[in-house]
Amino acid sequence: MKVVLENLTKIFPSRNKKSNEEVVAVSDFTFTIPDGKLIGLLGPSGCGKSTTLYMISGLQKPTSGKIYFGDDDVTELSTENRGVGLVFQNYALYPHMTVKQNILFPLQNLKGADKLSKEEMLEKAYNAAKLVQLDELMDRKPSELSGGQQQRVAIARALVKMPRVLLLDEPLSNLDARLRLQTREEIRRIQRETGITTIFVTHDQEEAMSISDMIVVMKLGVVQQTGAPQDVYDDPTNLFVAKFLGTPPINVFDGSVKDGKLYIGKDAVMDVPGVANQDVTVGIRPEGFILDENGPLHCKLSSVEVLGRDVSIVSTNAASVNPIIRSIINADNKVDPTRETVSYSLKPHKVFVFNKETEERIHFEVK
Amino acid sequence: MANNESMKTMHDRDMQRVSVQSRIMKWVVKFFTYAFLLIMALIVLFPFYWMIISSLKSLDEYRWSVPSFWPQTVMLSNYVDAFTEANLGRLFLNTLYVGVVSTALSLVVTVLSAFAFARLEFKGKDLMFGALLATMMIPGELFTITNYATVTQLGWNNTFYALIFPFLVSVFYIYLLRQNFMQIPNELYLAAKVDGTSDLKYLWKVMIPLALPTLISITILKMMGSWNSYIWPRLVANDEAHRMVTNGLRNAFTATTGDVNYPVQMAAVAIVSAPLFLVFIFLRKYIMAGVSRSGIKG
Amino acid sequence: MVDSKQQWKAWLYLLPAIVLLLVFTVWPIINTVRMAFLENYRGLEATAGATFSFGIGNFVKVMQYSKFLTCLKNTVLLCVLTVPLSTILALLIAVALNSIKPLQKVLQTIFFLPYVTNSIAIGMVFAAMFNIVGSFFSTENEIIVTAGIINNVIEFFGGEHINWINAGSSYWANMTVMVVYIVWNALPFKILVLLGGLQNISTQYYDAAKVDGTPRRRVFTRITVPLLSPMITYVVITGFIGGFKEYTSIVGIFGETMGPPDDAGRLNTMVGFIYDALASSSEGRASAAALILFAIILVVTMINMQVSKRSVHF
Repeated sequence: MKVVLENLTKIFPSRNKKSNEEVVAVSDFTFTIPDGKLIGLLGPSGCGKSTTLYMISGLQKPTSGKIYFGDDDVTELSTENRGVGLVFQNYALYPHMTVKQNILFPLQNLKGADKLSKEEMLEKAYNAAKLVQLDELMDRKPSELSGGQQQRVAIARALVKMPRVLLLDEPLSNLDARLRLQTREEIRRIQRETGITTIFVTHDQEEAMSISDMIVVMKLGVVQQTGAPQDVYDDPTNLFVAKFLGTPPINVFDGSVKDGKLYIGKDAVMDVPGVANQDVTVGIRPEGFILDENGPLHCKLSSVEVLGRDVSIVSTNAASVNPIIRSIINADNKVDPTRETVSYSLKPHKVFVFNKETEERIHFEVK
Repeated sequence: MANNESMKTMHDRDMQRVSVQSRIMKWVVKFFTYAFLLIMALIVLFPFYWMIISSLKSLDEYRWSVPSFWPQTVMLSNYVDAFTEANLGRLFLNTLYVGVVSTALSLVVTVLSAFAFARLEFKGKDLMFGALLATMMIPGELFTITNYATVTQLGWNNTFYALIFPFLVSVFYIYLLRQNFMQIPNELYLAAKVDGTSDLKYLWKVMIPLALPTLISITILKMMGSWNSYIWPRLVANDEAHRMVTNGLRNAFTATTGDVNYPVQMAAVAIVSAPLFLVFIFLRKYIMAGVSRSGIKG
Repeated sequence: MVDSKQQWKAWLYLLPAIVLLLVFTVWPIINTVRMAFLENYRGLEATAGATFSFGIGNFVKVMQYSKFLTCLKNTVLLCVLTVPLSTILALLIAVALNSIKPLQKVLQTIFFLPYVTNSIAIGMVFAAMFNIVGSFFSTENEIIVTAGIINNVIEFFGGEHINWINAGSSYWANMTVMVVYIVWNALPFKILVLLGGLQNISTQYYDAAKVDGTPRRRVFTRITVPLLSPMITYVVITGFIGGFKEYTSIVGIFGETMGPPDDAGRLNTMVGFIYDALASSSEGRASAAALILFAIILVVTMINMQVSKRSVHF
């Protein structure tokens, strides 16, 4: 089922009665989610990603704009008639019911023509449980399950009715690091197997990048960029997106452009043909540095961290916005940690130039 | 599993109608919810309303076969009669005295014990606290029988001592305050120790201010307890000089049925109820907080 | 960390509480058990130097005493009638209150109001409301009074007035008045606790149920009630404990005659029995009755906890 969001806007009235400040949670969100894809809504807390999810689920009504499932306008439709499955951040498993009862619960609500016999319900429940590999634990109470198992029960409960759209709110945030890796693979697998259009919300860019077919980066209610994870990473539209994606994060410098050359401090580091003379902000991905004795960018060496496959070099530069610059280079390059300075040349496609005021990307031709 | 039947039936439904129907249902439910609540609220309030308007009627008007829901002539003199007839002034003073003294003493004893249980380490602490909690299970009547004999032996009959001391310590209040004290991080206590602050000073300067809401709850509940106490005072101090307000009210108006001067009686009831309502209006928050954890009245 | 100085200090802090508790709590427990097991124990005779033999005679006598059985019947009946009724009513009100926004605070305050009342004083108001219309001594030449709003209302709707509490009233009429008054009195605490419990239930459960299209009634029976069950257990247990100790509300309505004027003691309760025994200085009998009351409360509480443990655990 394709999901279309059209000029979706959500404005919350001010909580404080005295000031009439409204909070714009989501502003003019237009996007088409293709059928059968896994989409990650990504952004820092308060960016409106959860509100968007709740509007798609029908638990919150948009202030304006439309939501379509396929060709149906569901904007005015209440939650239960939309046919969505929702997995809550804290799972919201009913603590007094067993796993089986939890999974059966949505089926028992079906009325009229959709009503199922006991056997059909059990069969569907077991199918859903099998899908998330929980069929052995059907008689346990949620409190007797690990966090990862609870998560899977929640997914099974959301899937058992075969929803048109599956929605997951911060699905991995309550799991420890090891389980998180395992569970995100699981979500990917379940989504592939069922082919249900799935939208999930996260603040963790790594999580979103690793399993999504497409990501939507949001900030303060406004969509910044949408696209395949790699495309967004390689071609961010503004400084926010560039900074938000990638671990370790992108290195940001104050720079300037003069006569088609990009300067960081006094070092002319690169040619940027076609860019007008101005002060700019420069972002360089950690993997964008090349160790080069004769390289144009000179930094003070702080420390060298050995990561095995790679080496991470920590250095400083007066023009850097952040206190340190971190570069990741191949471990074959030996670096003497006692050296005072380190010099780099740059990979042009890993260097992004942004307008100093608007923070919008300034494109240049990469040779 | 991807394509299934229920998806199709969703398509076929008249979505618009479904949403209109559910909106109407919502309004109907809302209407009945409010209707139910308002009717219940009227039932709950009615005795108070009836008490007040009855207390303002003349006896003749009260006896009308078709009752008036608003007094024709407001008889404030009922209140004067009630006040003198039941000697309410004396009763108020007695009750206030017992209430204030027993609350003050009770607070001191409760704070000291709760502090010992919450912060100090001593042998047998858990055992003793457990034993204290166990006594909460026992109905008060079981203590009353012996306490009556004890009070008689001490020669406390018809004295304020008998009204103040026997039920001064409430295990429940100690428990409540201890729980509150335990929530205050122990680091604060240790830091105070390092600075050389004495226990009592720490208790006074840190613990008591932080536990103030609980202490206020305890104070109000204890005062209300004195105001409402009936059984124990009737046993040990039912003479003119020491009588408590509830006993006085009951003694002054022994007849509840038949040909009673209800307006005066209702005026007396209203006077006795007024202080409780005033406390409630101003300190509602503390009463509700204390009550939700206590369970038993008074 | 247990140094001797702190030990010493701790006991000093506890001293006032310990002294008072020893005299007025611990000693009474021991003494009550002692008196209960001494045949025909009477305090006055004991101070005169009489001795009593050990035995269970007090319990046997109490149990055979018809007045005690009346008290036991009244108490149990009041519990059985008022606890379920007030709990269900309180649950409905709490759920309704929890579902609304405007007026919630005001209504919550109104529903709490009966709590801050004196049960004797307001009992007198109820007595006035349930008073009879017409003659009440059933004698000739008496003044005919018309009073009692409840009967006025009944007559307004064309019904026959009922003798609720006056001389000649029936036991069930008396009981009805008591049940109405006790339920009215018990509602505020229960509503407060249940509403508090409801507000602590995460709204996510309700959102989840909404996504699944759960009908209102099912949300109530399958989600709200089970999740609220610890609170329901709590109000039921405290309700039973309070119910078994019922006394002052009856004094409020009927006065110390504990029944209509022509049938004193008809509505007496366990606690009333204990005080009557005490007043006639039969401490042995009073103690035995108090221990029986304690045992009943203990058993009922344990049954309640067992039932709730079996039906809910999470």
